[in-house]
Amino acid sequence: MKNSKVVIHPAWLRVAHWVNALAVLVLVTSGWKIYNATAFLGFAIPGDVTLGGWLGGALLWHFAAMWVLAINGTAYLVLNGVTRRLATKFFPLSFKALVADMGAALKGHLAHADPSQYNTVQRLAYLFVMLDSVLLVLSGLVLWKSVQFPLLRTLVGGYEGARLVHFAGMSALVLFVVVHLVMVMLVPRTLITMVRGR
Amino acid sequence: MKIKTPVRLSLDANAVLKDAVDRLAHANPAMDTSKRNFLRRSLTLGGLSMLTGCKLIDENSAEAALTHISRLNDKAQAWLFDPNRLAPTYPDSMITRPFPFNAFYSEDEVPEVDGDSFRLEVTGLVADKRQWSLPELRAMPQIDQVTRHICVEGWSAIGKWGGVSFASFLRRVGADLSAKYVGFKCADDYFTSIDMPTALHPQTTLALTYDGQPLPPKYGYPMKLRMPTKLGYKNPKHIQAIFVTNTYPGGYWEDQGYNWFGGS
Repeated sequence: MKNSKVVIHPAWLRVAHWVNALAVLVLVTSGWKIYNATAFLGFAIPGDVTLGGWLGGALLWHFAAMWVLAINGTAYLVLNGVTRRLATKFFPLSFKALVADMGAALKGHLAHADPSQYNTVQRLAYLFVMLDSVLLVLSGLVLWKSVQFPLLRTLVGGYEGARLVHFAGMSALVLFVVVHLVMVMLVPRTLITMVRGR
Repeated sequence: MKIKTPVRLSLDANAVLKDAVDRLAHANPAMDTSKRNFLRRSLTLGGLSMLTGCKLIDENSAEAALTHISRLNDKAQAWLFDPNRLAPTYPDSMITRPFPFNAFYSEDEVPEVDGDSFRLEVTGLVADKRQWSLPELRAMPQIDQVTRHICVEGWSAIGKWGGVSFASFLRRVGADLSAKYVGFKCADDYFTSIDMPTALHPQTTLALTYDGQPLPPKYGYPMKLRMPTKLGYKNPKHIQAIFVTNTYPGGYWEDQGYNWFGGS
């Protein structure tokens, strides 16, 4: 069992992943409560799945967890860069490989046999969620401190634009999480890897 | 000055559900008069604890930790605050009409203030503690600007406020500009307080007018402190007394959990 000793996910990555998961859980559920205060898209999110009890409570959770996401997320990205994990695990990306992997996925035999290798769909999904998280933090900064970040504010289409970007970014993140959880249920081995590292 | 004491009751599953139903019933946020109901809500994990089937975190310790982080967020915002950075201004054509009414009570409960007998109290760390009549304030140099009012509840609207530069006013009354806080007491029993750098920000205005007309009762007659660098709940209406202090004065919503700095 030589293979089982090979560490696929180093400890720093596993810690960052789970801290991030918790931060996202708190941010999304408290964010839903904050959204409900005005529900500017015309529908409310059921209170049962929101965090904070009332708007003031939800804001406290949100503005606490934002530091966890920002600090942990930055550490995750920096460590991914300096350890070259980003370069080796996520690149190169090829359109041909994507088409092949998508085809395989649709036929139901996309290779997951080697958990140390991400297929192209995984690579794109994880890179997307990294970028989406950055977008969420930046649009969140505009919502929090719109006067102090004029350039960011302009880039996200003004103060009200930031609200839409933030909501769309959240929706994309939630969609990612749903697909991610379904995939983990289909390939439970990946969960063990993210806990034990191998 | 009657100080309202925040009431927090512990929540059970039914209360959480009722909360959700209550919120759903309010389709129009700007007309939402249910803010008082917020007082009956606590910082509970709410539905999340129902989902997981257990209480993840003891409510009191969670609340203490969150409040502590909120104080750190005050400091972070004070650090980020650039006293010379201006909030965007807009042309008159972009003013939101009608500008939404918003308070912790409904529009028919707006206080009536008699302008003729009105005197603004100025106390605390100021050299000149005399009271001010409205004509005296109107006689000072007036400024106006069209800025975005950002509400903590997740909406914003553009309005035009005019009045006295608050920095000029504070200098005129000989306020200790090195003091930490400026506090406000209002005719509607609202109260709040701000940091001195924001009080001295060039856009911070002791507003006497709205859209060129004397400030109407629903927007805070006889005066409101208008700060485009802070969220709506930091902008007190119906101001009766202003005081300069180094003792943290808190605020109506801030004492219940809204962030004190409340900057944007």
